[in-house]
Amino acid sequence: MNARDEILARVRAGLADRGTGAGHPVDWVYGRATPLPDVLGRFVERCEDYQARVIRVAAPDVGPTLVRVLRESGITSAVWPAGLDAGWRAAVLAAGVTVIADDPPLTRRQLDETGGVVTAARVAVAETGTIVLDHAADQGRRALSLVPDFHLAIVRGDQVVSDVPEAVAVLRASIDAGRPLTWISGGSATSDIELERVEGVHGPRTLVIVLAE
Amino acid sequence: MEQPGHGLTVGLFATCVNDIMFPGTVRATMGVLTRLGCRVEFPDEQTCCGQMFTNTGYFSAGLATVRAFVQAFAKYDYVVAPSASCIGSVRHQHEMLSQNKPALARQVKTLVARSYDLCEFLVDVLGVTDVGASFPHTVTYHLTCHARRVACVGDRPRRLLEAVRGLTLVDLPEAETCCGFGGTFSVKNSAVSVALATDKARNIVATGAEFVVAGDNACLMNVGGVLRREGAAVKPIHLAHILNSEEAVR
Amino acid sequence: MSVIAPDETRRTPAPPPGTFLGMPAFPVNAEQQLANAQLRANLARATATIRAKRALRVAEVPQWEDLRAAAAAIKDRVLANLDTYLLQAEANLTKAGATVHWARDGDEANRIVTELVRATGATDVVKVKSMVTQETDLNEALERAGIAAWETDLAELIVQLGHDRPSHVLVPAIHRNRREIREIFLAEMGRYGTPAPPGLSDDPAELAGAARAHLREKFLVADVAISGGNFIVADTGTLVVVESEGNGRMCLTLPDTLISVVGIEKLVPTFEDLEVFLRLLPRSSTGERMNPYTSMWTGVTAGDGPQNVHVVLVDNGRTRALADPVGREALRCIRCSACMNICPVYREVGGHAYGSVYPGPIGIVLTPQLRGLDSAIDRSLPFASTLCGACVEVCPVGIDFPKLIVHLRRLVADRERTEPGLEPAVMAVGEWAFGQGKHLSLVERVAEIAGRVFGPWRFFRKLPWPGSLWTSGRDLPVPPRESFRHWWKRVKP
Repeated sequence: MNARDEILARVRAGLADRGTGAGHPVDWVYGRATPLPDVLGRFVERCEDYQARVIRVAAPDVGPTLVRVLRESGITSAVWPAGLDAGWRAAVLAAGVTVIADDPPLTRRQLDETGGVVTAARVAVAETGTIVLDHAADQGRRALSLVPDFHLAIVRGDQVVSDVPEAVAVLRASIDAGRPLTWISGGSATSDIELERVEGVHGPRTLVIVLAE
Repeated sequence: MEQPGHGLTVGLFATCVNDIMFPGTVRATMGVLTRLGCRVEFPDEQTCCGQMFTNTGYFSAGLATVRAFVQAFAKYDYVVAPSASCIGSVRHQHEMLSQNKPALARQVKTLVARSYDLCEFLVDVLGVTDVGASFPHTVTYHLTCHARRVACVGDRPRRLLEAVRGLTLVDLPEAETCCGFGGTFSVKNSAVSVALATDKARNIVATGAEFVVAGDNACLMNVGGVLRREGAAVKPIHLAHILNSEEAVR
Repeated sequence: MSVIAPDETRRTPAPPPGTFLGMPAFPVNAEQQLANAQLRANLARATATIRAKRALRVAEVPQWEDLRAAAAAIKDRVLANLDTYLLQAEANLTKAGATVHWARDGDEANRIVTELVRATGATDVVKVKSMVTQETDLNEALERAGIAAWETDLAELIVQLGHDRPSHVLVPAIHRNRREIREIFLAEMGRYGTPAPPGLSDDPAELAGAARAHLREKFLVADVAISGGNFIVADTGTLVVVESEGNGRMCLTLPDTLISVVGIEKLVPTFEDLEVFLRLLPRSSTGERMNPYTSMWTGVTAGDGPQNVHVVLVDNGRTRALADPVGREALRCIRCSACMNICPVYREVGGHAYGSVYPGPIGIVLTPQLRGLDSAIDRSLPFASTLCGACVEVCPVGIDFPKLIVHLRRLVADRERTEPGLEPAVMAVGEWAFGQGKHLSLVERVAEIAGRVFGPWRFFRKLPWPGSLWTSGRDLPVPPRESFRHWWKRVKP
């Protein structure tokens, strides 16, 4: 018997007592919102708890804000996903930042030498201070938001949900489309040395979220 | 005023550790119950809750004690023991041990519902927290693991202690951590058991209390053994002794 | 701390000699660990920190108990229909472009992985922390095949560079403090890649920085990564890796070949079930509302990440546990490590005493089921508990540890009952003595004689074996001259 058949046979033999019918009901209602008085306020508070910087701006001010943040952070070159807003791109270019397209795909070394990356996100979670990327055209492939040391993410106010269950419900479509997901809660961190949290290991050491309302 | 225990007959379950090693605790338990008006009987068919066998994996020996327990106590409306651990075992292990013996299992099921740790019987059945005791000393209280998580006696011991005249209760740091007794663990893993008891003893001494009180003498024997070995002044005492005390408050 | 000379015949740091299964029984190991004051201080500090963080984050969730119950029910559903979910996951993974392999045991898993790596021509692989490959000792199998496997989780890196073994499921180097870690990095990093900066201090941020620099070089060139998986979603074929540092994302994203080695119990039925586990796991595990990074991928995504994706489904004793209607509950485990952080025994002795990659309460209920009860260490594990029940309160999937522990003790006792030894004899006498009140009365007469002879001393300080097991560290009261039973008989109030 091959390994597959043998393991399945062992499973079935081991479950000889399971009988039929009934099954295992799960007493849980999926996809519920967590009641929050101020979803966006909570999102900002929780992101800042995990050392991410959040800047709330009116939607038309996103372009100038990107320019200001990149300049303040000393970022002179940034990877720019192909599907990200062209108006913002123009603003950043006009400010003298080198905008780098992932076409042809950048090598790991090229990404490592790039100052930062700007992306959108698919959904954000207030209660946990999380943004989730599904790596659509406005976010780029996974390596783009990983290797550069600075990540600026733009989240629309209407993308922020209360808690994980609502986010999972939103993300079902991305999963069904075969997209990978990256859940990001603050910057990279470790607690491996005496359980003391240290910010910044392998992922981008700086995460800035621009929340556009 | 009629006493809260008037008209009630209680089967006193001494438990083996108390029967053999701490008869004073059983007499104190009797004393409290009698003072509250209960009629107390000691059926001598009784032996043990069986957990030292069950928890070591010897289920047949555990089952033998279940039989003795049923034989001794089936005729009582109330079974009371000065040990939350032994009552916890009656509640949670006797049914498991007797599951293939339908007749015994039925008797066990009804008896389990009538079995109480002393503090539960006082607070829930007799409805008293002030048992009329006085004990003018500073004590710290260790809610033992089986009282906390198996019998789930909650804050009953604390409420009983707080009503004792003259008693000063001080909090025990890391009270939720095990003292390391663990039944046969105390000898099978002697070194770890002593290490845990030593930590517990250190926390007890740090309270500055004269007494460390608990509802299980086995745990007190463990941590008390370390306290004594280290020459600490603090003395272990079972809750029943305090509830039975009428020491004058100066 | 001793510095170990490099072994020129090896590509990666050599682990300590010996095997888990060759270890003595738990009490012997535990006593050795208890003598290590530094270890105990490190453990006490680290576990206290993480317990406090967990308690804080759990208290924030009003439906915590409902979440735990849901998680337990979902996992029980998976286990009761494991064959169905495995086939569903296999079909969805295959459809998404992944290749699914099955491994009956650790050796078979290691063989599959070794062959997959060889087929790529790679001689180095990067690894994300994975418990199941610890179980199978994959790194050493790869080393024997001339392939260097580099651990990229910070704690795993500390363990690997320190020629050490992991001692905790989540924080494998929990037994090491910052000064020890600095020494390891300074001594070892340069031998295997980018060295630690010469002026390295023991500041955790600087130590993490050294690990970043050391590993970045490996991430930028690696062609093959090996991961575990926290969950496999049966209805979509999605794999989930929950992590903190970003080393997981590096491994899961940059190399062209990704081999994920996952235990067959890691399934969840649907993508929606993740809403339950993603709320329970980080709070139980690191005491965070959410861990910094969670990666989810479904087979191959064109133009994004590894294009050569393999999943190895590993049994390695899990079906043995599944076949035990009581013991199978241990397979609910999601490896959060809350049980070890709260376990008084674990906190005293650390993970190395358990002779298993799974220490603490989950280790003592899972390891003897995965490996069987043939070795001294595995037979001793179910007894490495005071049955205090603290683990039950924190387990996010509601494993009833004391129930499982007592069940496994019974299986051990049933094997040892027929063997010569003190315990079976004592228990046989006990069964007689405690079977009837009148028998116990006779035993009490013996105790009373001891009480009369030794009464004046009040306590025993030093008894011969086996009494010495008690009196080695504790005084024992001398029994009273009269048991309660006999007092009652005499006085009959």
